[in-house]
Amino acid sequence: MPDIVAPQLTGADIRRGFWRILPISLFVFVFGLAFGVAALQSNMANVEVMLMSITVFAGTVQFAVLDMWGAQVPILPLLLTTLAINSRMLLMGASLYPWLRLLPVRRRYASLITLSDANWAMTLNDLQQGRNNLGTLVGGGIALWTCWQAGTLTGLLLGSGIKDPKSIGLDMVMGCFMLSMVMVGKRNLRKSLAWGLSAIAAYAAYRWLPPNTHVIVGALAGGTVGIFWLETPKQ
Amino acid sequence: MMSTEGYGVYLVIALMALVMLFTRFGGVFITGLLPLRPRVMSFIDAMSGSVLVAVLVPIAVEADMAGRLGMLATAGVMLLTARPMAGVSLGILVTALIRFGGMS
Repeated sequence: MPDIVAPQLTGADIRRGFWRILPISLFVFVFGLAFGVAALQSNMANVEVMLMSITVFAGTVQFAVLDMWGAQVPILPLLLTTLAINSRMLLMGASLYPWLRLLPVRRRYASLITLSDANWAMTLNDLQQGRNNLGTLVGGGIALWTCWQAGTLTGLLLGSGIKDPKSIGLDMVMGCFMLSMVMVGKRNLRKSLAWGLSAIAAYAAYRWLPPNTHVIVGALAGGTVGIFWLETPKQ
Repeated sequence: MMSTEGYGVYLVIALMALVMLFTRFGGVFITGLLPLRPRVMSFIDAMSGSVLVAVLVPIAVEADMAGRLGMLATAGVMLLTARPMAGVSLGILVTALIRFGGMS
């Protein structure tokens, strides 16, 4: 592990991060569009849909919630679903902790407000490779958030758009992106062992445990490799 | 059950937003309570990349043949160029083309 020093975060870093994540954000725009169109068929008013996109900002959760929405909402199942689907964010935040802890508390948490899959994955890769700034996390988060809002709004207003996101391969965006992130970093035996264990555990959890537990189970299984195989700092 | 009549709907959305804020902030906060021994840091280090893998696995399992070939294309680009956006774009393109051609 390289020495960990406090990451930098200037306005210029944030702007660079914004432009860096914008291409992948365009996919998020299309997802937002699909969500807006789907929301039109639900019992939610347009204002409520937008308010949810703005404050909740979590694609999979919002899609899942549409099905549960009615004159009465099962509040506890709804909140538990929200928590379960996005429990991966807890782990993502924890993975950035070694760097974020070196920031003042306010800055630390402010930079997590738009934490999302794409900006997290790129930031983690950057930090692990010694590129020590949080511009991608914050600026990228702003790009993702903006595109999600723009997509939702466009879907609500147009009422139609991409009828079937699957037909143009959009269901594979997340898969292809995560795969590219897995392949971008440096590999060694310790890492490969952790990832292999994570894959097996995640698969088993996906098959046999309650829905949405696979990320936590897989990540914790991978983490145990770290408990027994300590990474020694580079000289 | 909770009514979404009147202000109820805003309360439901606010509660969801709070849960999301907890998941975004909670990881850093909870880790902050742990003693930062080398073993804990090593755990975090091994866990972090494992999140990516764990997210990826069900997607690959559930994907149709077009999706899997798309991911293969992404992997190919990453091996050759190490450029994520190029990899993702080609992966989506391959998936879409195969589905468009009705081959899956």
